[in-house]
Amino acid sequence: MTGTAPNSTAPKTVGAAKLAVRVSAITTLNALVTRFEFQRIDGTDFPTFSGGAHTVVEMMDGEKKRLNPYSLMSDPAELSTYAISVRRDDQGRGGSLFMHQKIKVGDEMALSYPVNLFVLDLRARKHLFVAGGIGITPFLAQIKQLEAIGGNWELHYSCRSPDLGSYVDELTENYPHATSVYYDDKKQSIDLDNLLDGQPFGTHLYVCGPKGMIDWVRKTATATGWPQAHVHHEEFLAPQPGRPFAVRLKKSELTVEVGAQESLLEAIERLGVDAPYLCRGGACGQCETDVLDSDGTFLHRDHWLEDDEKESGEKIMPCVSRFEGKILVLNR
Amino acid sequence: MTLQFNTETFRDDYSFHNSQRAIDRFPFPFHEDSYMYAVNMERHQGGPADSVYEKRFDVDEHYVAEMADRAKVLDDDPLRCQSLPHMTLAGWDLLELIMVSKSEEYPDFFELHREGREWYWINKPLGIEDHFTFMDDTTLPYGPMEYITRQTQGDFCVLDQREDNLWMDAGMVTTQADWSLDFDIGMNFFEWHAPVPLAHEKGIFKRALKFLLNIQQGAPARRLNWTMTVNPLLDTSPENYHKWGIQKTTLTSENIGAKQHLRVELQTFFRLPRSNALVFPIRCYLMSFQDIVSKPKWGRRLNRVVRDLPEELAAYKGFIANRPLMLDYLSQFDDGLPTSFGVWPDEHITPTLQR
Repeated sequence: MTGTAPNSTAPKTVGAAKLAVRVSAITTLNALVTRFEFQRIDGTDFPTFSGGAHTVVEMMDGEKKRLNPYSLMSDPAELSTYAISVRRDDQGRGGSLFMHQKIKVGDEMALSYPVNLFVLDLRARKHLFVAGGIGITPFLAQIKQLEAIGGNWELHYSCRSPDLGSYVDELTENYPHATSVYYDDKKQSIDLDNLLDGQPFGTHLYVCGPKGMIDWVRKTATATGWPQAHVHHEEFLAPQPGRPFAVRLKKSELTVEVGAQESLLEAIERLGVDAPYLCRGGACGQCETDVLDSDGTFLHRDHWLEDDEKESGEKIMPCVSRFEGKILVLNR
Repeated sequence: MTLQFNTETFRDDYSFHNSQRAIDRFPFPFHEDSYMYAVNMERHQGGPADSVYEKRFDVDEHYVAEMADRAKVLDDDPLRCQSLPHMTLAGWDLLELIMVSKSEEYPDFFELHREGREWYWINKPLGIEDHFTFMDDTTLPYGPMEYITRQTQGDFCVLDQREDNLWMDAGMVTTQADWSLDFDIGMNFFEWHAPVPLAHEKGIFKRALKFLLNIQQGAPARRLNWTMTVNPLLDTSPENYHKWGIQKTTLTSENIGAKQHLRVELQTFFRLPRSNALVFPIRCYLMSFQDIVSKPKWGRRLNRVVRDLPEELAAYKGFIANRPLMLDYLSQFDDGLPTSFGVWPDEHITPTLQR
C-alpha cells in the first residue's frame, strides 16, 4: 500500500531505519537466560518506547542473517541503554543459541525501532499481569512505566524453579506487596479462578508466557465473564521448520526454494527482495502477501488472517506460514 | 530561510492571501485528470526542498494568523479541544514530538533546551517563552496537547489504539472540513468514517485501518485529501454551519476566481512512543481558483477533475450546487491539451494556455 501516491520523492523502502548498536553488557541470569544490553554506536539516546514493546535483533551468523524479536525489558525512561533477556532454546532454529554462544561485549549489531503489540490499556484502573517463565520480560518494562506514573498493578509470576526464576529477587525486593511468585517444582500454581473472580471493576488482564498458559488464562477469563477487550496477551510464534517448497515471486520475476529450516519471509529476503515485516511472529499483519496462484496446501500458522481469508487461498503471512504442493505464486 | 508571516484574517474581511512562494509550493492533490478514493499512503520522511513535504511539521507564512484564528475559535467554543483522561500521556508524547521537530527544523524560530525533565521552550514568531517540567501537567498553562497545538498549524486527532481499532479519544480541531470533534469524541475508526460515501464499499477503510495500526515509531506516513471552500475559512465546522454554509450562495461568475478555494489537507500519521497512540495531524492549505489556474497544468486538470467527479462525491464535499458555476469558470482554462502525470506544476514542460 505504500508508494502509490506520486506526491513526492519520498523514499520507498519499508519501515523505519535500523539502530546501529554495540553490545555493552552481557549478564548470565541462570542456566537458561542471559541479559544483553546495547548502546548506540553514535552515542545518542535510543528512541523512547512504551512498556510491552519489542525490538527485532539482527544477527549476522556467517552468511546467514537472523532476525529475532525480543521484548525490551529496560526502563522506558532510561534511554542510554536498551536491554533484552534471551532464553536459550536448544531445539529452536538457532537464534537464541547464536546470542548465547557467539555474541560478546563490544560486538556491533542492528536493532529495529521499538514496536509495541502488547500495550498497556491506559484506561485501566488496575493492571493485572500473569507471566510464565521468559514471558516476564515485557512486564518488567511495563512495571517501570507504571511505577513512574503511580499506576496500580499486580504481578503473578510462574517459574519452573527458584534457580530459573529470572528477576524474581529484584521483583520481590522492590515490589513485595505487588508480586506473587509460583514455582512448578514446589507444586505451586496460580489460583486463577479466585484471582480473576476478585478483581475490581475496570481491571485489565495481561498474560505472556508459554502457549498453554496463555490459552488457560484466556479461557478462564472468558468463562468467568471477563470482557474480551480487557484481556491482552502476547505470543510470538517462532517459524517452524517444514518440508522445503518452491515459490515464484511474480513482481520480482524470481523463483526461490524455501529451505526446511528457513521461513518463507527469510527466503524472500535472501534474494534481496524488499518485503515488509514488523514482528516476524504472525501477529502484526505487516507481511501479509497476496497469493496469485497455487496448487497445494497452505500451512497457515499466523494469528492475523481471518479464517475465511485463510480458506480463500488468496493470502499468506510469510513470516510463520508455509506451503506444501506444486505451485505457489506470490505478488511480491 | 527567511519567512515573512502574513497579517491576514480567515473571517470577516478575509484578507488571507498566498504569496508567489506559497502558490509555488501548494500541495495540489491530483496526480492525474480524474479522482477516486485511494488509500494513497506514502512515507512522511522528507520531500523536495521547500515543498510542504520537506519538514515533519510545515511552518509557512500563515502560521501567526492561523494561530490567532485558532485562539478565537477556542474562545467561542472550548469543546473544539478535548482529551479523555487516559490520553494525557499521548499529549506529552505529542508535545515532545512537535517541540523536538520544530527546534531541529526551524532553529531560527523555535528553541528547546532540556535538562532532564526541566524544559525551556522558546517560540519566537508567537512570542512565547516557557519553563516547565516534562510530564508535570501543573507546570503548563494548558494540558500538554492543547499547549502545543495552540502553537502548531493544522488540526490534531490523537487516536488511542486498542482492540485492533483506533479511537478518537483526544484532539484539537478548529480548521476542519465540516466534521466535529465534540460529536466524534470516543468513536472508533469505522464509526467516525461512517458518513463517507463509496469508500466503505471499496474496502478502503478496512485496508486503511490495517495500514494505520501498523505505523511504526520512526516511520511516519502521509496522504492528501481535499474539498472545496467558499471564502478562505479555516473554521468550516458543523457547529458554525449557519455562519459559513450560506456563504456558498454568494458565488457569482465575477467573484468565483477569488472566492472559491480548493482546500487541501496534508494528513500525516506518527506513532507516539510512550502511549503507543497514533497522532493524525490534518494540515489545511487553501488556494483560490485564480491562483490555481496561474499554473496551466493545474488549471486544465482541476477543470477535468471537477467535471468528472461522481455526484455522490460532489455532494459529500459540499459543492454540487456550485459545480456548474465552477465549470463555467474553470473551463476557460482548459484547452484540452494533455497534462503530465504527477502533482507538480511542471511549468518547464507545460505549454501555455491555447485560447
